[in-house]
Amino acid sequence: MSQQKPFIDIRHAKKSFGTLEVLKDISLQVERGQIVAIIGPSGSGKSTLLRAINDLDPLTGGEIWLEDKQINKSLPHRQYEKHINEVRQEIGMVFQHFNLFPHLRVRENVTLAPKMLKGLSDAEANALAEEQLTKVGMIERIDYYPSQLSGGQKQRVAIARALAMKPKVMLFDEATSALDPELVEEVNLVMKRLAEEHMTMIIVTHEMGFAESVCDRVLFMDQGVVVEEGPPEVIFRNPKNERTQNFLRKHLAGHKA
Amino acid sequence: MGLDFSVIPKYLDIVLLGALWTIAITVCAAVVSFFGGILLAVIALFAPALVRWPFRVFSFLFLGTPLLLQLFLIYFGLVQIGVDVPAFVAGVVGLGLHFVVYNSDLFQTSILAVDKGQIEAARTLGLSRWQALRKVVVPQAVRDVIPPIGNNMIALLKDSALVSVIGVSELTLSAQRAIGSTYRPFEFYVLVAAIYYIINLVMEAVLRRVERRIQASK
Ligand SMILES: Nc1ncnc2c1ncn2[C@@H]1O[C@H](COP(=O)(O)OP(=O)(O)OP(=O)(O)O)[C@@H](O)[C@H]1O
Ligand SMILES: [Mg+2]
Repeated sequence: MSQQKPFIDIRHAKKSFGTLEVLKDISLQVERGQIVAIIGPSGSGKSTLLRAINDLDPLTGGEIWLEDKQINKSLPHRQYEKHINEVRQEIGMVFQHFNLFPHLRVRENVTLAPKMLKGLSDAEANALAEEQLTKVGMIERIDYYPSQLSGGQKQRVAIARALAMKPKVMLFDEATSALDPELVEEVNLVMKRLAEEHMTMIIVTHEMGFAESVCDRVLFMDQGVVVEEGPPEVIFRNPKNERTQNFLRKHLAGHKA
Repeated sequence: MGLDFSVIPKYLDIVLLGALWTIAITVCAAVVSFFGGILLAVIALFAPALVRWPFRVFSFLFLGTPLLLQLFLIYFGLVQIGVDVPAFVAGVVGLGLHFVVYNSDLFQTSILAVDKGQIEAARTLGLSRWQALRKVVVPQAVRDVIPPIGNNMIALLKDSALVSVIGVSELTLSAQRAIGSTYRPFEFYVLVAAIYYIINLVMEAVLRRVERRIQASK
């Protein structure tokens, strides 16, 4: 056991929506620079866990820590809002449906938050937008509106938007599952590049091949618990738990069909 | 007595001056009703109950009583309690507030219709609820509701004739004055109708331009 605190530390996370228990005592530690994939059947609580990390779906029990800061600490309402807005700046999130701001051009999508929250000047914000959009290969579309982009392009802009806040962690919730198959690769490439830069990432995905190629660790979740976790070659090639085996078998069959 | 449009040129300056007042009052009241409508919508949806309720009562009063009465109340009623409002201001306030309520209803619906993912995306970047509302939700809600708001503004133009009753020399009142001197109601009312119609056309043209601009960002 290492003495050092994990980068992200989720301890006994519990979440219920009314009487529905969606997360049942989940613990997860992620080291700096680590890339963790979360897989599992629909409704198993993957999104809920991811959304709990930046408090979009606040936990009903347990703790989440980012470095030495507890994300979901209990504070009076106002102080909590201030605290969580600061925490969220350090956590980038990418959604299945992109959620780009349709009324803003690509450039403003990227510069909005840095300008508002970090007080960047127009020139600084523009330089930042150009840097991030170059990174995701979207610099030529900087003056387009989101409606003028393909799904893959939208998602790359959404990634640039999140990166512009210089987050410590990136969360991806099925970033490619709303995309036409031929557009998946361009988004995966961007994520791979982030992996090469040692960005800490938690990736919820249905793409086992991608998970296997970029992740350090894979978690298999089912019905609100982590059933099995380990390095990708073990989880994908040689899973021990029967539920994992069944899931992977069904999933692969589904893909071939 | 037959029709005689030759009386018009002599009074044309009075009537056109009235048209300018009508445009001025319409534009001012439109601005009040637009921004006031957004503000009222945000209050109605998000303010704490203690703040919300007085505004709800206000909305109810303005929707449930005739505009004419509201204008009388603001212009003649307030003087009585020591607030002397110039007729033009009273007209702008009365018309503006009346349409604030109509616009607020539209804005509320469109704010609620903005995809929840938009707020989530803004909040995950670190924006506060208020920042997300101001920079992400409200601009989209406004954009989506421009056509019906535009229709309200055209209704506002027509209702601006009512401020003649508190003595603002707008288009309708100046026509009445011209008629008072010439006894030519038909000629002047036709003229005034034509002018209203032209202003209306201009407003519709502006509205269509705005809509086209917005379309690009949809
Ligand atoms: N806001 C909510 N209110 C009530 N129930 C919810 C809410 N969000 C999620 N749930 C429920 O929680 C369970 C887990 O949902 P979650 O979205 O985390 O699953 P998931 O593993 O991400 O599934 P998928 O692969 O389909 O995205 C589901 O049963 C879902 O219906
Ligand atoms: Mg999900």
